Order: sequence, then structure tokens, then C-alpha cells
Amino acid sequence: MKVLLVGEYREGKLREESYDLVAFADALGAQRSMVLVAPAGTVPTVDGTLYIADAAQCGEYNPEHHKRIILAAVEREDPDCIAFVHSSYGWDLAPRLAVALGAAQVSEVVAVAGDGAYEVNCCNAKLRRAVTPKTPRTILTIQAGAFSLEREPAGMPAIVPLDVPLEPDRIQFDGYEAAEKKGVDLGRAEIVVSAGRGVGKKENVGVIAELAKVLGGELGASRPVVDAKWVDHSHQVGTTGQVVSPKLYVACGISGAIQHVAGMKKADFVVAINKDRDAPIGEVADVLVVADVMQFVPALTARVMR
Amino acid sequence: MKILVCIKQVPDMESRFRVSSSGNWLEESDLAFRLNEYDEYAVEQAVQLKEQLGDIPEITVLSIGPDRVGESIRKALAMGCDRGVHIRDPESSRKDPWQIASLIASFAGDKEFDLILTGMQSQDRGSAQVGIMVSEILGYPCASTLVGFSYDNGIISARRELEGGTKAVVRLRTPAVVTCQLGLNVPRYPTLPNIMKAKKKEILSVPVADFSVVDGHATTLRLYQPAKKGGGLVIEGEVNDLADRLVGILKQKTMVLR
Ligand SMILES: Cc1cc2nc3c(=O)[nH]c(=O)nc-3n(C[C@H](O)[C@H](O)[C@H](O)COP(=O)(O)OP(=O)(O)OC[C@H]3O[C@@H](n4cnc5c(N)ncnc54)[C@H](O)[C@@H]3O)c2cc1C
Repeated sequence: MKVLLVGEYREGKLREESYDLVAFADALGAQRSMVLVAPAGTVPTVDGTLYIADAAQCGEYNPEHHKRIILAAVEREDPDCIAFVHSSYGWDLAPRLAVALGAAQVSEVVAVAGDGAYEVNCCNAKLRRAVTPKTPRTILTIQAGAFSLEREPAGMPAIVPLDVPLEPDRIQFDGYEAAEKKGVDLGRAEIVVSAGRGVGKKENVGVIAELAKVLGGELGASRPVVDAKWVDHSHQVGTTGQVVSPKLYVACGISGAIQHVAGMKKADFVVAINKDRDAPIGEVADVLVVADVMQFVPALTARVMR
Repeated sequence: MKILVCIKQVPDMESRFRVSSSGNWLEESDLAFRLNEYDEYAVEQAVQLKEQLGDIPEITVLSIGPDRVGESIRKALAMGCDRGVHIRDPESSRKDPWQIASLIASFAGDKEFDLILTGMQSQDRGSAQVGIMVSEILGYPCASTLVGFSYDNGIISARRELEGGTKAVVRLRTPAVVTCQLGLNVPRYPTLPNIMKAKKKEILSVPVADFSVVDGHATTLRLYQPAKKGGGLVIEGEVNDLADRLVGILKQKTMVLR
């Protein structure tokens, strides 16, 4: 099997997840090559063929042009499978390529089953789906972290420059906007107590903040709580929020979606409070308290204060 | 101006899921269904645009699925869409994203929509493919994962969410497709008068057999509960006892409580 990996480069850096793709290809025992849009001189330490197009000429973000570049690499390499990271870059480009190539796409692959089916999460990871492509060529996006290299990658690629003529693009990229950096720095907190949608309403967040306070920690939050403007974005934990590594993480009314867990899985000890015994957060919690947050948290706060 | 919003009905994620006897989808009989969260943002964005442009746009909301998806179409109508289209398909959960996108594109093909909005993904399958595939089939430009949207004179200015909270600022000209991410706006709750009004709005119901459905590119072979990796201790009971037990555990296992 021949796999073409689509590496990712953003704002001066090769994104580390590009190496997850190498791990994925190695897990499959596949022959691999990589295609990357990056400034001249950016070379990932990975052996095999590297098709590279110059970002200075064609832009870092430009789905229509990047699609044409990947198609050019596909034409030369003739891979059975094209793998992206399931990221804002990968999930945006993969379907474009799938349509262009008339190929099946399987999104956010977390494992490969014994019979070769691709395993993906379903319903907030409460279920898994094994999917089989019916087309000769397959496009995959791979969940970040699902396959990771044990050792630092090594090797020097054989570089093949790709020069794909620029065509007028219909999507104009005007630049990046950095994440807001003001507010709380949860990254250094020893205790983080986070409110999730399960707290029910804005007025209830105070109860969670109170527990954070008596424990001497900071208030965190899941994304819906931030989106609903119950708390400020600087408290958000997760892939699009902050990554925390406290000694204690308390998840109050949080289901445990992958994007949230990615932000708190480095915590030493995790307590989850959820009325749903099957909530996926149970998989990463050291203790799952099956209870209504609004009844349990005040009781816990009172007990800690005593 | 003509706007199309594509919505999906999904099971409530807090349900207890069982695998159906076919072994490759959910047992649906005991599930509650709701409008896919990501699609609520798409509906809201369409309605806000209509408000901005003073009633000029006409918003069609489209859903493919069994009879029950009519409820989600009604919700979107109560939020402010003008008319509904229901492609009746009891087998929609067996179709892959390519088939669903092809159906939407064949519906939209001759109708000259200026803007098509979808959620970035569904909450049940999370494939994040349909909206982008629709754009590719129709030959429209597309920006995905929007957390910012504004429209002026045929030009959409959008902010795409990238990792770590970084955003990419992009512009594209209509006709276009955009896919909506959580937090793009604050979806409104339908008010009672609007729910009443929605009852009078037209829902065009067409059987999927009226379309020529393309072959799928991928199939769900199995659906199953993943093996629990162990997880930790699960405690249940009366809240004060639970609080005592938890404090005991924290004192024993962590350094944070003394
Ligand atoms: C690209 C992308 C990036 C994302 N980035 C992030 C991110 O950075 N951070 C993030 O958090 N999410 C992020 N998300 C969203 C993520 O997928 C989930 O939607 C989100 O984490 C869910 O938040 P939640 O657990 O608070 O809400 P839900 O998933 O709605 O869960 C609520 C939980 O509360 C429980 N509950 C309800 N009522 C009670 C009660 N009374 N007592 C106890 N428990 C109760 C329920 O059983 C449920 O488990 C992202 C999504 C995408 C697609």
C-alpha cells in the first residue's frame, strides 16, 4: 500500500501533527511519501519522497490552490490512500480532494481494525463505527494523537519541488488573527474546576466558581459555556482554548468530547461530576461522581470548607 | 437573494445508545432527536443576514431523513427561515456524506442559491464533509469552520477557526458555501408567536425516489461500543455521602487537600 501524507505548515512552523501521519503510515506498514506547502528550506526530518511547493509563492492557506498542489503530487505518486490530519487544514481540504478524485473519505480515523476497516468515533465517542471504503483510492483524516511516533523521526527526504501555476483563486486569504491572550493563565494553575453545559445556566456558574475558590484553584469552562457568554473565553479548556496540566481537574457537567479532553488530559488527577454514568468523560476520570452538579457541588464546597 | 440552509436531525448525545440488529447503525426507537447543534448556528446566521438586508433574502431550509426530521425543519422555520424542504428518506442514515452531498447538490443545482450554509459537522458522525462536498459539486467557493461572518454587496468576510484559537481571515464572493462552527453567533430560541407562524409556513415534501441517488463511496461495516479503557472509580449515592467519600479520596490520592 502506498500512502501520500499531507503535511501541515503554519505561521513559520511545521505543525507537529504532521508526524502523526508518519506514525499512521508506519502502523499500516505502508510505503509513504509526503506533500507539503512550506517556505523553501523547511524540511521535515523524515525519509521518503517529499513533494514540496513554495508557500512564499502560493500562500500558506489557500484551499483551492493547495488542492491543485496535492493533486499534482497524487498524479506523480499514484497513492492508494491520501492522509491528512483531522485539523482545520485537513478537514477543509480532504473533502475537496475526495470530490476531485471521486474517492471515498473517512474522517477522524482513530484506529485500523484487523480486517482493514477504519475506525472512527460516533456520538461523542460513546460508539465507534468501522468504515470500509468502496473506491480504489481512499482519503483519510487522522485524529491528532491517535497514532504517534515513539521516537523522534529521523532521515532526510528526497525532495521533489512542485511548481503548480497559480490560478485566480476565489477565496482570498487576508491573514491570521492571533488568539486572545488576556485573562486567566490556566496553564499554571494547580487546581482547575471547570463548568460545562451541564451546569444549566449562567447563574449557576457561580456555584462552580465558589468550589474553585475554596479549593484555591481557577475556574475553567468547556466551549458551550464560553460560546453562550456565561464565562469569558480566557477560561476555555481544550483544543481551541487552553491546555492545562493541574494536579487536580474537576469537570462539572462536561461530557468529555475529544476537543475538551485534549486540553485537560495532562492533569494528574481528574474528578468528573456528571449525571450520565456513560458520559465519555468517565474514560479519563480517576473518579466519576454520578450526580446532579447543582446538588453535589454545593455539598462538596461545604464539606471542603468545614 | 436566495439562501439555502442544510440541516440534519441527530440523536440527543446524552442518550444511552444501543446498536441496531443490523449491527451497523443505532437502534433509533428509544432515542430522542434534535436539530444538530452546528446547524443551529447556520440557521441563525441565515436569519441574521435576512434581518440585516431587510427581508430581501428568501431562506429555504432543507433536511433529508425520515418523517421525524419534519420537527427540526419546523424549528428552523420558527427561528425565521421562510420555507422548508423535506427530502423524505427513511434510509438516510445508511447514506455516506458523498451521497447526502450529491442529493443536496442535485436539489440546489438549478435553483441559483446565492449562499448555502451548513453546520461544519454533525454531532453523531462528525465527518465534516457534506457542506464542502456540496460546494465542490456545485463549483462554488467554500470556507469552512466559520466563527465570524459578515456580508456586504456580494462579498462574504469570514473568520475560520484554526487550532489554539487562531483565526484565518478570508473573503469570498457569492454564490458560496460556508460551514458553521460552534460560537459563530448565539442561536435564538423560537418564540411562541414564531412557533405559531411557522405552522403556516410551507414544507415541500419530496420522496428521495424523485432524485437519482449516486452510489456511496464508503459503508459502515459495524457500529459498536468501544471497549472501556478502564476509566476510574465510579461513585453514586446521596450527595453528602458522596462529598465525604470524594474528600476522603482526594486526601488519600492527591496532595491538594489536607
Ligand atoms: C473544531 C472544534 C474545536 C472545539 N474546541 C473545543 C474546546 O477547546 N473546548 C471544549 O470544551 N470544546 C470544544 N469543542 C466542542 C466539543 O466538541 C463539545 O461540543 C464540548 O466540549 C461540549 O461541552 P460540554 O461537555 O460542556 O457540553 P455537552 O457535551 O452538552 O455535555 C454536557 C454534560 O453535562 C451533563 N449534565 C447535564 N446536566 C447535568 C446536571 N444537572 N448534573 C450533572 N451533569 C449534567 C450531561 O450528561 C453531559 O455529559 C470543539 C469542537 C470543535 C468541532
